[in-house]
Amino acid sequence: MKISAIVTLKQDVLDPQGKVVGQTLKNMGYQNIISVRQGKYFEIQLDETNKEKAKKIVEEIAQKLLTNIVIEDCKIILE
Amino acid sequence: MKSSVIVFPGSNCDRDIAVALEKSQIKNQMVWHNETNLPKTDLVVLPGGFSYGDYLRTGCIASKSRIINDIIKHAKNGRLVLGICNGFQILIETGLLPGTLLRNKRLRFMSKNVFLKVVNTENHFCSNYKNKSIIQLPIAHNEGNYFANNDLLNKLEDNNLIAFKYCDEIGNVNKNSNPNGSSNNIAGILNHKKNILGMMPHPERLIDPLLSGEDGSPLFESLLKS
Repeated sequence: MKISAIVTLKQDVLDPQGKVVGQTLKNMGYQNIISVRQGKYFEIQLDETNKEKAKKIVEEIAQKLLTNIVIEDCKIILE
Repeated sequence: MKSSVIVFPGSNCDRDIAVALEKSQIKNQMVWHNETNLPKTDLVVLPGGFSYGDYLRTGCIASKSRIINDIIKHAKNGRLVLGICNGFQILIETGLLPGTLLRNKRLRFMSKNVFLKVVNTENHFCSNYKNKSIIQLPIAHNEGNYFANNDLLNKLEDNNLIAFKYCDEIGNVNKNSNPNGSSNNIAGILNHKKNILGMMPHPERLIDPLLSGEDGSPLFESLLKS
């Protein structure tokens, strides 16, 4: 089973890199850009058929390794 | 001969290169990235450094600067462009040179002197080097691992578009003399018209015996001649 995890900085944490990307897009002429947040994306192949169990495992992985829970959020997507 | 060194936020070799150009009697002017037009110039130099803190990808944000359109025009007109280190990365992001620069094979920032073989001397940048000569220049980069698919590598080799290759002190070009994992030990490449050179090593850092060597000087002397 494939599970994706998207790690981004929490809304109220400053993301200078995302901000610069957003500003660059505006400079390139995309005036309707409101904001950009940059994050990390993980694709995890799991040897597990039960969706609930799989989700639990990835939640645990996200807590223990993928995110710094002080400043980052993690969104888990089951496929 | 007039040159323009483009300064981006985060450039840090801009003044070194200006010193090197002026030492070779090239009249230089610093140009801020936010300008829209280049001054009258024969050579544009994109210096090393960490433009925009390497955000997103190295050289990526700088490649969208306001001055870049005029640099592309300058290059398309067949005039000279030199990109060193981060400047090479910017040239690749603008599409003026092909391929890409990945992180170093061992995922470490590397700062040391390396040996290079000058593979092509029939261009404006290297004409003062002896063909196949072995020189020593410093590298200082984290993303210098030149990568290209086989088609492009064959094209570069067949058309003689590789300017410098990493080698050892007696000129062996092989895996052991490759510091960062670059395909075919590539350290610097030219475009088809040979008016654009991108290279990872820093010639501007070895232009005086006091700096422990002068192996970078012939590059600037070549430019003066052209």
